Order: sequence, then C-alpha cells, then structure tokens
Amino acid sequence: MADLEGIKTAIIKGKRKEITGLVQAALDENVDPHTLINDYMIEAMKEVGANFEAKKIFVPEMMIAARTMQTGLELIKPLIAQDAEASKKAGTVVIGTVFGDLHDIGKNLVVLMLESSGFEVHNIGENVPPEQFVEKARELKADVVGMSSLLTTGDPHVKATIEAMKSSDLADRVKVICGGAAVTKKYAVDVCGADGYARDAVDGVKVVQQVLGLG
Amino acid sequence: MHTRVSSEHQEVIIGPDQPVVIIGERINPTGRKKLAEALERGDMAFVQEDALKQVKAGAQILDVNVGVSGADESALMIEALQAVREVVQAPLCIDSANPKVLATGLGAYPGKALVNSVNGEEAKLKEVLPLVAEHKAAVVALTMDDRGIPTDVPTRLAIAEKIVNEAARLGIPAEDVIVDPLAMSVASDDQAGAGALAALTQIRDKLGVNQTIGASNVSYGLPERREVNGVFLAMAVMCGLTCPITDPSLWPIRRTLLLADLFLGKDEFAMNYITAYREQNPDAD
Repeated sequence: MADLEGIKTAIIKGKRKEITGLVQAALDENVDPHTLINDYMIEAMKEVGANFEAKKIFVPEMMIAARTMQTGLELIKPLIAQDAEASKKAGTVVIGTVFGDLHDIGKNLVVLMLESSGFEVHNIGENVPPEQFVEKARELKADVVGMSSLLTTGDPHVKATIEAMKSSDLADRVKVICGGAAVTKKYAVDVCGADGYARDAVDGVKVVQQVLGLG
Repeated sequence: MHTRVSSEHQEVIIGPDQPVVIIGERINPTGRKKLAEALERGDMAFVQEDALKQVKAGAQILDVNVGVSGADESALMIEALQAVREVVQAPLCIDSANPKVLATGLGAYPGKALVNSVNGEEAKLKEVLPLVAEHKAAVVALTMDDRGIPTDVPTRLAIAEKIVNEAARLGIPAEDVIVDPLAMSVASDDQAGAGALAALTQIRDKLGVNQTIGASNVSYGLPERREVNGVFLAMAVMCGLTCPITDPSLWPIRRTLLLADLFLGKDEFAMNYITAYREQNPDAD
C-alpha cells in the first residue's frame, strides 16, 4: 500500500530525501496523480501555512516544506502534462517587486506558496517598472498580478503600477494585489484601488484565491 | 582608515582601532506604525524621544529617515533634523531613497553628516555622490547595482571598489565612504551569513574602508531575533564591521557590541561594559 499520509507528513516535516521514494511508490501503484496533489500534497501545504500563521514554525521550515512539495511535484508533472484537462491550473499569477525596490525574500516566499497551492506563477523579478507588469501580465495571460513593496518610498510606484494595470485593456480580467512591509491595506486597496492586500505569504495565497473566487 | 562625522558639537571617529560606533536606526518609519503616524501628523515628539533613548543607550550617530507615504519628505526631513538637534548633540545620518531629500537635508545640516545611501546603480552614483562631494559629507555605499543585490563576494567587492573609485574622482576620499556589504536573511538562504562575513573581510583587506551593516535582516524569519542579530554582529565586528546600523536600546544588541570591543582590547578596564551594565541593572549591587 502506498503511504499517502506519509507523503503528507514528509512535506509538513520537509523531508526532501524521503519524498521522492514515497511519491514514486504511490505512482507505481497507480494512485491518481490529481488525488495525490489535491488531497495530500496541497493539504500538507495548507497545514504548513496554518502552522506558519500560528507562529509554530519558522521561515526556513516553511521553505523546506515548499521545496519538498516541489520535489514531489517534479515527479508527478510529466504525468499530468499528458492530461490537458487536468493540467489546468488554479490560475496564473505574475508577480514582482515594484520599481526602485530590490527586496525579494517575501516575494519569493509568496511564489513558493502559490506554486505549492497549484497556481502557475511567473516571477518577473525586482525593480519592475509599471509598464512591465502590464506587458508581462498580457504576455503570460495572467489572472492575477501581485506586487511587493518593502520601501516606504515605494508608494508612488505601487500606485503607478496599480493605475497602469487598471487603465490598461487588462483592467477587467486581471486582478491586482499588493503585499510587503511598506504597504498597508488602506493604501493599496482604498487609496490606489487594488483588488486585494496580503500581509504575508500565507495570506497571499488566500487573497489570490479570494479575488479569483476560488474561496 | 578613520571616518570622521560631526555635528556642531561633537566629532565621532569611526575606525578599526576604535570602539564600535553604533548608528541608531530607530528614527525610521518602515515597519513602525506609530512613528509613521506621528510623522504624517508632523508630530516630532516621537522622533525626539527616539533620539534621546538611543543616545542614552550608546548610539553615537543617529540615522534619520522620514519616508512616509503622502507626506512632503523634504519638509519633514528639515523638521526632523531640527527636532533631533534640539535634544541631542550626536552627529546625524541623513537617510532617504530620494536624492532631493538628501540634498535638502544636507543643506540644512550644520556639520559633517553621513548620507544613507549611494549604491552602484548608475543613477544613484550620478545623483548622490556629487551631493556628498559638495557638502563634504561621508556616505554609506551599498554593494548593489542595476543588476540587483549580489550574493557572491567578488561582485560585492567589485561594486564597493567601483563606488570608492567614482567617489575619488569627485574628490571624496575613501575614508568618507562607508561600505555596507548587505547581509540577507539566513532563513531563506543558509549561506547568506557566511557570504556577508566573507564580503566584510575581503572589503576590509582590499579596500581598508569602514563598514556598516544593517544587521536585523539576517534574523528575519528566525526565532530569538535579537540574539541571532547579536551573534552575527559580534562575528561581523571580527570581519571588519566598524559602525553597525542597529538599535542600541535593545540590551542584547548593545551588550554584544560592548563585549566585542572588550574582547578586542578596546574597552579599558572593561569600564564601558560595566558602566552600561550598571545602567541596565540599577539594583544589582
């Protein structure tokens, strides 16, 4: 019998060395890849997120859990890629740090968490000008654009980026969310008109799901 | 190499043969909601309180950053510099991402200020270094450039060297450039600490300049952050850190730096440490 609970535990505990054997064993026994991902792996990441929010675990533990998840996913990916219908993602997110700002830790954590939750994520880096957010969102057919801002002086760039998105042809179909230590919900949503604000990486996943109506 | 910064009252000397100089980081609204709100109201009482608190805790230079959203940062900078000078005599470090604010602050400051900061980006070099030269100030130089923040040592050294050379071309001596080799979080990259320490060492050995570091980054995402920062700071002092930007009102941090001085033979009869200890523990004896 494949040890499906073991897969969940391996992700939660960040056992990167164990995950490959466990996932391979499950696949060898013809466990449905989607069941594996949705019922065990994503569930595991949900628990990791909850533990992080409850301050039971620290950033490195969350990162190693996400890496373990990705190691497992690498094995499964070739199987679901053959299955066009099933490879449909939860959504596509384009994410970057606003112009003038080179912070990347928090943003990269959001990337890991979103990927682990089934989203297709395009990390467009740091110091991203507003127009580039729009271009990349168009090119990559984004459902959501996320921006990170860690500098108090980044506010004008947050505003410019949101305005660029909202005044573009993408305004109706792409949601815009903000996060980062320098941004407040009040500023991002009330002042600049963003669709959502996330206070950390775990919240980021929730907010992306919310704005896409994935509850 | 000695970096000298001064107010109209005091000169502070930074150098490898001197006790560590703490640049107090508290006057900065990033992540400090109450200070941000006070600044938005133009209320300088908070700023003055932070200034007094830090100098009392051993800060010899105070960083002043007033970047809050929706406010006139130049005007706030002038007000804040004035407010701080009313209550303390320590030299100040004028901190803004906006060169115009730096220019305004420098124009309003009657001493040799420290400017925070320049980096290897072409635009920054062009905008900030001439201001530093014009006002005969000193400047913090971050080892990042248009390509981002490097994690490797050679690139950091190369950027530091480039800034020092560019400064020299404008008449700013190397002793007035304080390099910050940018320590990142060890929670997201477990090699980040080792990389920062190696960068400090090489920049010290090759360029001989004074160095600062914002130590609070390294502990992001870890438990017991103050203690983590403290251990990193002690190790960094060994590698060439001479003037950390940190919060001396946190005793674990200040104690670490005082003890680093003591163990490196820069605290005669351990009196700096003992005096500070007694201030912290007034009932101990």
